[in-house]
Amino acid sequence: MGGDGYLISATGLVKRFGDFTAVAGIDLGVRRGEAFGFLGPNGAGKSSTMRMIGCVSPPSEGRLSILGLDAASHGPQIRARLGVVPQQDSLDVELTVLENLTIYARYFGIPRAVAQRRAAELLDFVQLADRAGDRVEPLSGGMKRRLTIARSLVNEPELVLLDEPTTGLDPQARHLVWERLYRLKQRGVTLVLTTHYMDEAEQLCDRLVVMDGGRIVAEGSPSALIARFSTREVVELRFDLADLDGARGRDIADTLTGLADRVEVLPDRLLLYTADGDATVTAVTDRGVEPMSVLVRRSSLEDVFLRLTGRTLVD
Amino acid sequence: MATTVRAVPRGRAAHVLAYHLVGYRRTWRATVFSSFLLPVIYLAGIGLGVGGYVDRGHHLGVAYLSFLAPGVLATTALTIGVEESTYRVFSQFEWDRTYEAMLATPLRVVDLLLGQLAFVVFRALVAVVVFLAVMAAFGTVHSPWAVAVVPVGGLIALACAAPTFAFTATQSSAQGFSVLQRFAVIPVQLFSGVFFPVSQLPAPVRPLAYLSPLWHGVELCRGLTLGTLHPWPALGHLAYLAVWAGVGFALAARTFRRRLVV
Ligand SMILES: Nc1ncnc2c1ncn2[C@@H]1O[C@H](COP(=O)(O)OP(=O)(O)OP(=O)(O)O)[C@@H](O)[C@H]1O
Ligand SMILES: [Mg+2]
Repeated sequence: MGGDGYLISATGLVKRFGDFTAVAGIDLGVRRGEAFGFLGPNGAGKSSTMRMIGCVSPPSEGRLSILGLDAASHGPQIRARLGVVPQQDSLDVELTVLENLTIYARYFGIPRAVAQRRAAELLDFVQLADRAGDRVEPLSGGMKRRLTIARSLVNEPELVLLDEPTTGLDPQARHLVWERLYRLKQRGVTLVLTTHYMDEAEQLCDRLVVMDGGRIVAEGSPSALIARFSTREVVELRFDLADLDGARGRDIADTLTGLADRVEVLPDRLLLYTADGDATVTAVTDRGVEPMSVLVRRSSLEDVFLRLTGRTLVD
Repeated sequence: MATTVRAVPRGRAAHVLAYHLVGYRRTWRATVFSSFLLPVIYLAGIGLGVGGYVDRGHHLGVAYLSFLAPGVLATTALTIGVEESTYRVFSQFEWDRTYEAMLATPLRVVDLLLGQLAFVVFRALVAVVVFLAVMAAFGTVHSPWAVAVVPVGGLIALACAAPTFAFTATQSSAQGFSVLQRFAVIPVQLFSGVFFPVSQLPAPVRPLAYLSPLWHGVELCRGLTLGTLHPWPALGHLAYLAVWAGVGFALAARTFRRRLVV
């Protein structure tokens, strides 16, 4: 582990592709045993950062140390102790499910017999044991993803990097993956993951950063981020589209001034960020505003995310 | 906690070779069969059939079949060297992304290259052994030195594969491979002394034939199967092929890194 007590420690990390800056100087510190998440819109620089941490993409600038070793000079030694689930599956579709694991294990210098045993265990772990002898090509997307996760564990890594591990999985498979990742965490494995699912981040991550445009725009535990960037509750007032058309939405929002910390006007809804949802709903009715329907809910990471990175598509 | 730098596994390129051999286990029957069929077709069809019409003046000094066979053997090594280095390599970059997966392990770019080039050489060795057996059956092996065409065939394949690996790493689509085939591989096959001596070529284009690695390979193979090879020219041909292999490897390492380590 690094002298500063971090398993991953980065300062001023920059990644450029030609003239384009994908990661614009970020600082990171991930502790052993932690589950650390990267959130951010498409193109924020999450995968670029993950690839630098995985020692497959050299940083353009900055200092990066993984497992106490300098990433620039100890790539193979670091990779020997990492597990990597890339955003895009890179399985060998010509080989069988089992061979994908055993051959990969050989790249880590794992003896054949150990590789066989471990591969069998891992196929059990991701519930693919019954497909061991099948070719990978015809497997479903979710099965391939689970196999990729199994493959990343074949060298019993101390640190696993998961780039959107559950994108494209059905709910059952996602819950299976969550549960498996949670078990790994219990065993002391450090997890670093990216995701577009806010519930996933809330469930799995002890700490996370939100990236936007190659920079870190917020950092903290899910609850701390909610406390800092949102309110405890959100009141959603749903209206007919015509009622919020043009300036009318703003007019209604003006009527509600003072009732919430923040009011957001969407095409079909007004969002009122408030500490006490029920009290706000009563106050709204008192002012004579009559929405089609009303929903009071807890603030979520999604609210934080949208607040920090905006509602509009950037790319 | 003390930092333990776990030793990086040894013999990394060998594991890459083993990986390619696992895939080969599924297809070896078909490739060995075509390695057998090709020389049979050539020797029976062109050699016996067409051979009777060419060289009526007996300038070659040997039967046309004995002249042609070692040339086609060398060409087989080239064909395998190029074939295994185009679509197959491209798909590992682009479609299957196997290189990406491999580089997430302790493997380095040189390990990928060494392991896969070793596999290409192995493929060529198998084909050359089969070819040589067919040649013997057709009575076109005239010297015990002929067994040396096996390693020479491996070298020809390597000399052609390494630069082709470098070429493939620069391609963003598979279209370049048909261009390579049409404007490099086919002309090289036609004008490297396989079907007729390069002395038949017009003097101005003859140096081009001498540049072709295949011509050097053909000279070696023919000299070995006819038993007419002299040591000094042989060393020259070997050295020339080794330069192609070495420079090709250096270029491949460079273009692979440029593509994969970004
Ligand atoms: N190899 C590359 N060459 C050029 N540009 C690249 C390369 N890889 C990434 N980029 C660019 O860098 C930016 C960040 O990409 P990155 O893949 O890191 O984003 P991301 O946060 O993972 O996005 P997503 O959520 O869509 O996966 C994008 O604009 C992308 O086009
Ligand atoms: Mg990404």
